[in-house]
Amino acid sequence: MLSDKDRIFTNLYGVHDWRLPAARKRGNWDGTKDIIAKGRDWIIDEMKKSGLRGRGGAGFPTGLKWSFMPKASDGRPAYLVVNADESEPGTCKDRDIMRHDPHTLLEGCLIASFAMNAHACYIYVRGEFRIEYKRLEAAIEECYAAGLFGKNAAGSGWDFDCYVHHGAGAYICGEETALLESLEGKKGMPRLKPPFPANVGLYGCPTTVNNVESIAVAPEILRRGAAWFSALGRPNNTGTKLFCISGHVNKPCNVEEEMGIPLRELIDKHCGGVRGGWDNLLAVIPGGSSVPLLPKSICDTVLMDFDSLRDVKSGLGTAAVIVMDRSTDIVKAIARLARFYKHESCGQCTPCREGTGWMWRVMERLVTGDAEPKEIDLLLEVTYQVEGHTICALGDAAAWPIQGLIRHFRSEIERRINAKRAGSRASVAAE
Amino acid sequence: MSLRRLAPDQPTSFAFTPENLAWAQKQLKKYPEGRQASAVVPLLWRAQEQNGGHVTEPMIRVIAEMIGVSPIRVLEIATFYTMFNLKPVGQHLLQVCTTTPCWLRGSDAVVAACKKHIHPHAETVSADGKLSWMEVECLGACVNAPIIQIGDDFYEDVDGARAEAIINDLRAGRKPKPGSQIGRQTSAPEGGPQTLTDASLYTKGG
Repeated sequence: MLSDKDRIFTNLYGVHDWRLPAARKRGNWDGTKDIIAKGRDWIIDEMKKSGLRGRGGAGFPTGLKWSFMPKASDGRPAYLVVNADESEPGTCKDRDIMRHDPHTLLEGCLIASFAMNAHACYIYVRGEFRIEYKRLEAAIEECYAAGLFGKNAAGSGWDFDCYVHHGAGAYICGEETALLESLEGKKGMPRLKPPFPANVGLYGCPTTVNNVESIAVAPEILRRGAAWFSALGRPNNTGTKLFCISGHVNKPCNVEEEMGIPLRELIDKHCGGVRGGWDNLLAVIPGGSSVPLLPKSICDTVLMDFDSLRDVKSGLGTAAVIVMDRSTDIVKAIARLARFYKHESCGQCTPCREGTGWMWRVMERLVTGDAEPKEIDLLLEVTYQVEGHTICALGDAAAWPIQGLIRHFRSEIERRINAKRAGSRASVAAE
Repeated sequence: MSLRRLAPDQPTSFAFTPENLAWAQKQLKKYPEGRQASAVVPLLWRAQEQNGGHVTEPMIRVIAEMIGVSPIRVLEIATFYTMFNLKPVGQHLLQVCTTTPCWLRGSDAVVAACKKHIHPHAETVSADGKLSWMEVECLGACVNAPIIQIGDDFYEDVDGARAEAIINDLRAGRKPKPGSQIGRQTSAPEGGPQTLTDASLYTKGG
């Protein structure tokens, strides 16, 4: 198990005070000025060496992303935008950072903004997180009052302003360009890329969008050194990670653990095991609703990191682990996700707008077995027609859970169809 | 995607209260000069709150004027973002999460309690005008599922009986205590945190 002294989010559960004096006692805002004094190149290089991969789902190397920002301004300002639109079903980690450890995030905002030549940062919080929005507002006020933000922020010589903004209930705004559209006051519809945000982002200016957790871990990485962070986890999958374990475990919880921890260990050590014991496990969605589920046989041995989960045709995503025991109607569980994607499609691209509704309707019939056996392959074919044919990844995200279901539970779907047909034949015979 | 339209019955006017107007002017300053349209969601949200929970047509015109865009731009925001209610809601609106993580933990029973004790149909105000309920997609507190959001607050670890108790409290004019309904420390495992127990973590700097 990860040692407490290697945990970054030391107030994850809100046992201690979130305010600045208590946050300082936990080590936040310690030597921020000295980190900034080491310069932009040092910070980006150290972030690259740490091996940190973005914590919002895609796992893109954070240091590399920062290095895409223009070294010098062409007259346009640069922006850091923090993606706090946490909405991926299963995921509730950024919420804890914002309400219990806001200063880890705010210190990260200053350092990251400096590293990418930005004097302003917007934090985009999902609309439902009212408490977290107000908490961040209050913490930002503390920063201004203490001279950590504003002119000569934290004595670094860098002028910095930080604002918190909120959405109003649209999963799609977690997609970075939809988020920028929303922040500009428009409908959250993803942009065609290129141009990428590092060239044309918020208000047409160079912008980097990072997940809350990616920014919030940066100060501690820079304080302790890239070597400390990269020694945790496995090569190309370094560091610590917040895991959210929900569903059929005895004690669902959030916990910060080492990357690459075996899934079984994560569930057994931190969540009191699967309800009814490990052998009662049916399947796990290991990285939030968008990634394909894994049957128990894979869960027995799989490690929780980007590459291990990719190798079993799933993904780490946001590290939101949704556990389902043998009492679960697995087809219904995935049909409910299909309904989610249908509800959240922005409607811009035809394959997604029409496809998500189509896939959901077929899934609902598969729940009851009211379908033809050939419709399973037809549905699979449609998922491939949606996947990769839309502006953003929501189409992919809608397709993958269904692909995972058919890959691992085709026999269960067939069983229902056969049972339904046998039933209707029986009733016809009885007439 | 779903069809969302403004309600047929609309008031004739809307005006922010002086306090909310001052607040709105402050919001507009968060964004660079000429980019005041950015404030549309926060302004519309505050207006909805002031109006008891739903957006109206005059409200859209007033906000469009304040941020310098045509009303259609604000209307499309109101219809695109699902936290904007387009018809009246109860004095207390229960937003019940039913996405898979909540469903696995028993959100069907929460919905059943709402149907029984508020109204058989979602998005319909109860006979006494005090309550309405709706299904929402993932609220983002999945390790504390099932969840109901009421106003700013999350009610976590609920079930059918606890949902009924919350409804009874609201109906009687009492505010139920937000957070975990089984007394958990936020997102820590039931029974208390098993990690972050090293006291030296909390006396480092400052």
